[in-house]
Amino acid sequence: MLSVSKINFERYFEPVFEPVSFELKAGQLLLVTGSNGCGKTTLIRVLADILYPTSGEFLRRTDSMGYVGHYLGIKDDLSVIENLRFMRDFLGTSRRSCKDVIRQVGLGRVSEQLARTLSAGQRKRCALARLLLSNTKLWLLDEPYSNLDQEGVNLVDDMLIAHLETGGACVLATHGNHRPNWAGTQDCRLISGAAA
Amino acid sequence: MTPEQQSGSMASAFFALLRRDLLLAFRRRTEMLFPIVFLLVVVSLFPLGIGPSPALLARIAPGVIWIAALLATVISLDGLFRSDFEDGTLEQFVLSGHPLTLISLAKILAHWLVAGLPLVLMSPLLAVWMNLPIESLGVMVLTLALGTPILSLIGSIGVGLTISLKRGGQLLSLLVFPLYVPILIIATAAVMAASDGLPYTAFLGLLVAGLITSVTLAPFAAAAALKISLS
Repeated sequence: MLSVSKINFERYFEPVFEPVSFELKAGQLLLVTGSNGCGKTTLIRVLADILYPTSGEFLRRTDSMGYVGHYLGIKDDLSVIENLRFMRDFLGTSRRSCKDVIRQVGLGRVSEQLARTLSAGQRKRCALARLLLSNTKLWLLDEPYSNLDQEGVNLVDDMLIAHLETGGACVLATHGNHRPNWAGTQDCRLISGAAA
Repeated sequence: MTPEQQSGSMASAFFALLRRDLLLAFRRRTEMLFPIVFLLVVVSLFPLGIGPSPALLARIAPGVIWIAALLATVISLDGLFRSDFEDGTLEQFVLSGHPLTLISLAKILAHWLVAGLPLVLMSPLLAVWMNLPIESLGVMVLTLALGTPILSLIGSIGVGLTISLKRGGQLLSLLVFPLYVPILIIATAAVMAASDGLPYTAFLGLLVAGLITSVTLAPFAAAAALKISLS
């Protein structure tokens, strides 16, 4: 699904991280770990085509990606269901109903509330719900566990395992100790470019 | 995905985005009203500043209304992509696989419907205020109807380029005003020609040409500018 060889990204002529290579197949999870500032978010953004790599190359065999980053892409002036309805119509790929997805992520009680009234964890759940509507094979998750309670962490794991079981793949960046329990997990420990 | 399915999903993405932007504009009504109030205030200050002589006002009316419309557009431009940029929605758009050009076009159209169209609808009232001859009133409205979309389209390129800057709004006005000059000259020349009973269709033709050119080219430039700002 994704093959990356010696990818590197420079900011102000300084490499952000040491060159990274990996091969990700359907049903596999790549767990990107590393200390703060070692370039986890940058790597995910390069893989997402938002940033261009300075050197190295990568090949992606899928058109669209599901992405949950630090900025969640949720409109404060729309309700949870309006946000998701827009994304479903915009992406045009899902046959699942928004209500169903909202229930799955545990936002049923607040589905009509404006997104500005949600807590950080609830906003994260809303962004995860969008992932369920996107119907994409490749997920790029940047710190998906942050702001979530234990129940939310379990929700991410369940979503992730269901996604991987159905032939999806995922790149997940985290600095925490939590690891999803999945046999096809590869590890990628990023080393900051400045440290080398 | 077959080509038919792909174009169908692009059309549904276009309209979903247009609908969302209009709904958001409605939710932020005060922001939407600001350019209109600004236009009214600027135009109504002129008779107070230079005296209420009907002949003088009629002479300067096209220029005053057009410059006020230009300023009102620039004020509203910054909101075109900013909130989507700041909350990460733009990244989601890039990742969706839909062309960024199409997304820019939908957003520009929504911007014009919210910020440009009210100026067009307001212009007959302003023209009467400024004592513009009744025979050139129609031409005034027509120039604004053709010209304000061009302002939104050209402005979108500037917004795309300045969006990642903290105080991009100030730079934006410096960037787009020179590009607005030809539109201002052509549009006011058309209205003045109509007031003097001279032929004005050539000027309208130029505006139509400008509109067609900017509709076909500006969304591509805006999309490229956004891509640069994101990286």
